[in-house]
Amino acid sequence: MSKNSTGKDIWVLGDYRNYFKNRVTLQILARARALAAQTGGQVCGVVFGHDVDEYAREYIAHGADRVYVIDHPRLKSYGLETFTNLLTRLARDMKPDIILIGATRFGQEVAPRVAKQLNTGLTADCIDLDIDDKGLLVQIAPSFGGNLIARILTPKARPQMATVRPGTFHELPHDNTAQGEVVTLDLPEDLPSERVRCTHSEYRPAKALGIEKADIVITGGRGMGSKGKFKKLFDLAGLLNAEVGATRPVVHAGWVGHEALVGQAGKHIRPKVLFSFGISGAIQHTAALMDADFIVAVNKNPNATMMKLADVAIVADANQVCSGIIRALKEKIRD
Amino acid sequence: MENNTLDIIVCIKQVPMVSELPWNSKTGTLKRELAQGMMDPASRLALEAGLRLQRAGQSQDRRIRVTALTMGPPMAEEVLHQAVSLGADHGILLTDRKMAGADTNLTSFILGRYIRMFKPDTGLVLCGAQTSDSETAQVGPQLACELDFPAIGWASDIRLTQNALVVTRLVDDFMETLEMDLPGLVTIDLGAFVPRYAGLAGVAQAFASPKIDVVDADDLELDRNFNALEDSPTRILDVFSPATQKESRVLKGAAKTVVDQLFADYGKIISSAMGKDLKKK
Ligand SMILES: Cc1cc2nc3c(=O)[nH]c(=O)nc-3n(C[C@H](O)[C@H](O)[C@H](O)COP(=O)(O)OP(=O)(O)OC[C@H]3O[C@@H](n4cnc5c(N)ncnc54)[C@H](O)[C@@H]3O)c2cc1C
Ligand SMILES: Nc1ncnc2c1ncn2[C@@H]1O[C@H](COP(=O)(O)O)[C@@H](O)[C@H]1O
Repeated sequence: MSKNSTGKDIWVLGDYRNYFKNRVTLQILARARALAAQTGGQVCGVVFGHDVDEYAREYIAHGADRVYVIDHPRLKSYGLETFTNLLTRLARDMKPDIILIGATRFGQEVAPRVAKQLNTGLTADCIDLDIDDKGLLVQIAPSFGGNLIARILTPKARPQMATVRPGTFHELPHDNTAQGEVVTLDLPEDLPSERVRCTHSEYRPAKALGIEKADIVITGGRGMGSKGKFKKLFDLAGLLNAEVGATRPVVHAGWVGHEALVGQAGKHIRPKVLFSFGISGAIQHTAALMDADFIVAVNKNPNATMMKLADVAIVADANQVCSGIIRALKEKIRD
Repeated sequence: MENNTLDIIVCIKQVPMVSELPWNSKTGTLKRELAQGMMDPASRLALEAGLRLQRAGQSQDRRIRVTALTMGPPMAEEVLHQAVSLGADHGILLTDRKMAGADTNLTSFILGRYIRMFKPDTGLVLCGAQTSDSETAQVGPQLACELDFPAIGWASDIRLTQNALVVTRLVDDFMETLEMDLPGLVTIDLGAFVPRYAGLAGVAQAFASPKIDVVDADDLELDRNFNALEDSPTRILDVFSPATQKESRVLKGAAKTVVDQLFADYGKIISSAMGKDLKKK
């Protein structure tokens, strides 16, 4: 295996399945570039699969200095035990300083296993990553149930590992002129056999809700009061041509389906205008809406975090304001 | 594993009842004493999955024993009583000061060590896919590594055949049916089942019953110097409150007044996002 690693390298696991939807690898590569500028390491993609040249090139165009590739018919579909084994071995061999993995379901299955095999730490769902003055990776993640953010280090064990949810970082523009090295490695012969057999697999894309792309999003929280009252948000959404999102307690209470969840565990949104009704503004929720251009928040409590993040903070009852906006819009919309 | 008995272990975590607890601003730690504990919702579904297999086994003359396993402070015993009242055969509490502060790596190490030492014939381990208080989704996969079991995450349904398990799940937009020989581990996704409730009689009986065993660091023959907090590879450097970012314009008053104000001053922004003109009125 190739040994041109610097011992400071930042690896990003190439998760390319469902490529046009799943941009998380590109997003992380962008952040890894910024980290590498501070550590002096190189950004390396790691790709396992069959006929995966195009992904290797894509990763270089999006910020990787080098891409390690194992290309083999046996790797045609994602195999959990195989990918875990390969990544663990390569990491033992080449000792990257940092491994970052996108928190798709697949990434969430691979990352803890690799961390366990390497006996190192893993911080899930980082909302940001940084380098401290000693060159350590600062893993920034929500903590203690929502109001706080923790900065976490892995002082001794190596590599330092973190997962990042899709949508957390922004990919760099595709750069056709970017120079990078593709290092092709052989598939080891003594691969473990997959102990789980897939007998049926069907691509079933989630219904496009459009919330991730909508220009206007209306989110509602526990402060809406009840399932019945929450429904009013859909009336407003109809008038505004908007999509409806919700916080976790609301989803858990069954006021609305899980697909509406906005936050770390759900959708990242970037609307031009966001209306937020009866939401306190816990970090797991707000981490996914920081890209909104203009935020109107309605809350009885003027000190709620959500109100402080808003451009317009309306101190009032969420239901009454919602009804008020509906009434006003009905008058104002020209046909 | 004998053909007509199956030992199932369900890993259950006790989590705080509310997700937004007050915290001590000096130490940056949770005021946990204010939190009432409850069974982690995903663990609850893992238990439900185990109990359903147990019941299905009865009709097939198969003896399926369900053991609830938790690591936590002494008060975590409550979730074991609850598990027993719901139908689990036993509860095991792993508790010791030395185990406090374990990250997922050490949690899975301790759970795994117990299973290997005391329940080597375990055929199936069930976990929640992720806990409501941390949502790391790491303990299940890491426990599978610890036991060297094959594992399937985010199951929405599980079915037992003679010696294998058939699992359905929806992950990354793929609906999959998977098969795995036992022993193995499965994590159960939220929403997979509607969990059962225990009648009052069940609860009373569970608290009276001697079905809970308590296990400490010595029982697990952990190293004398073992200290989960010290030994965890990650360290919390500090904790802070997210900075507020904007100069907000605050509107107060009757609903009608604030709505009129909103449209008077920001109607343009709203109408341009809508792509529609709004009447000035
Ligand atoms: C590991 C983990 C992951 C999480 N992931 C997510 C996630 O992805 N998405 C998410 O949303 N949450 C997530 N959470 C939960 C999150 O921490 C918060 O608990 C949640 O976002 C709070 O929802 P809320 O604002 O609706 O409820 P609350 O925090 O209860 O806030 C309700 C708000 O409504 C206001 N209010 C009450 N009555 C009225 C009224 N009549 N009019 C106006 N305002 C009123 C109150 O002042 C309050 O500010 C997660 C938590 C954990 C621990
Ligand atoms: N302390 C613990 N004791 C028993 N089971 C646990 C513990 N922590 C986590 N688990 C199990 O692992 C699952 C996932 O937890 P987590 O990785 O923390 O999201 C939970 O739903 C439990 O089934």
